[in-house]
Amino acid sequence: MDNRSLVSIDDYTKEEILEVLNRAAEFEKNPNSNILEGKVISSLFFEPSTRTRLSFETAISRMGGKIVGFTDASSSSTSKGETLNDTIKMVSNYSDLIVMRHPIEGSARWASEVSDVPVINAGDGANQHPTQTMLDLYSILKTQGTLENLNIFMVGDLKYGRTVHSLLMALSHFNPTFHFIAPVELEIPRAYKIFMDKNKITYHEHTEFNSIINDADILYMTRVQRERFADPLEYEKVKNVYILKNDMLKDTKDNLRILHPLPRVNEIAIDVDANPKAYYFEQALNGVYARQAIIAKALDL
Amino acid sequence: MTAKKELQVRAIKNGTVIDHIPADLLFKVINILELDKCSTSVTIGNNYKSDILGKKGIIKISEKFFEAEEINKISLIAPNVKFNIIKDYQVVEKSVVEAPNNVEGIVKCMNPKCITNVEEVYTKFKVMSSSPITLKCHYCEKITDHKNITIK
Ligand SMILES: [Zn+2]
Repeated sequence: MDNRSLVSIDDYTKEEILEVLNRAAEFEKNPNSNILEGKVISSLFFEPSTRTRLSFETAISRMGGKIVGFTDASSSSTSKGETLNDTIKMVSNYSDLIVMRHPIEGSARWASEVSDVPVINAGDGANQHPTQTMLDLYSILKTQGTLENLNIFMVGDLKYGRTVHSLLMALSHFNPTFHFIAPVELEIPRAYKIFMDKNKITYHEHTEFNSIINDADILYMTRVQRERFADPLEYEKVKNVYILKNDMLKDTKDNLRILHPLPRVNEIAIDVDANPKAYYFEQALNGVYARQAIIAKALDL
Repeated sequence: MTAKKELQVRAIKNGTVIDHIPADLLFKVINILELDKCSTSVTIGNNYKSDILGKKGIIKISEKFFEAEEINKISLIAPNVKFNIIKDYQVVEKSVVEAPNNVEGIVKCMNPKCITNVEEVYTKFKVMSSSPITLKCHYCEKITDHKNITIK
């Protein structure tokens, strides 16, 4: 096992989060380097995720590293019945670092225990996606100048959204005030409320999406999906409630920025895109710098 | 104590008598303690009348004393089981099971999408709460609660 792996956002202390975010800022200033020269990085995508894969591959290429791997399970040895254990043992002999996306929950932790080289989790099913969290944090830091004492509003599917849960855990180091806006069916799970109570973090829950966002520093939007509702009528009732429209932003704070993990469907109206408070496309670009910093840390570079 | 109960408890010279096992969990207890591999004499009785449990099981194992860790595994399924340590026909110590801090290899993760249910991976859990017992999977990070605990 290699403890330089990043499997869950909890693997980083507050100091490590800040260290990686500072490093990301350096990579943003100078994205191109040769610090990965001579290094081979395995990019193992057991399920396709073009967005995350391109972001990682861009990060690696800009640092001068070589990439080997596969882009979906059908072109890997898994399709011939090889276990994850065996694939990781073989690949960790070839490479200096493994970036892995896998549909099975807990697969990344297991891989990090089997591997002799660090493993970076690029998403393990519904469980963790820590590099997304780091790019979210980097976007917040960049736009607000700090991570401390912010009013964070999270909107949409707060029950199943893993990006919401990981961001909540990571921000808990920085004395946030949370506002959760969601239909009752998709409210934030009890386990996270217990966590926030224990850590004395202030939070408020709302079902209405209206002018309460005027206090927000960050508005983190997620998608409300039809398949999450047992009763289709309940979905019909709420499907248009959690949509952000440009006119809702007129009395919001100047420093407000709107984030979204992308891809968007209809939860942010197109007219918001032209608003200077819309930040979701820049947010995606920040992912390259955040991943460069995460890779550099994993390899002690 | 009635004469009959005393007889059940004192029937071995040295060893352990495990009492107050819910009748339906008797065979799980046998599996967890790996009594099938025990080389000394083991007496197993089930469906004795119990005021508290309705029906209970008792296991008597000669010349065998369990480590606290082994005893505590039982807490995962039956928190009220009692271990009586017998020396020279006398009960010298009674211990009630306590929840361990970590649980390894005994319990199945209740999440069907967890790697431990897909591949051969030794399960590991952190005990989040001891009553009711609540386990957090080291791999998928999901909670397995007391209602859903199944022994591997
Ligand atoms: Zn699990």
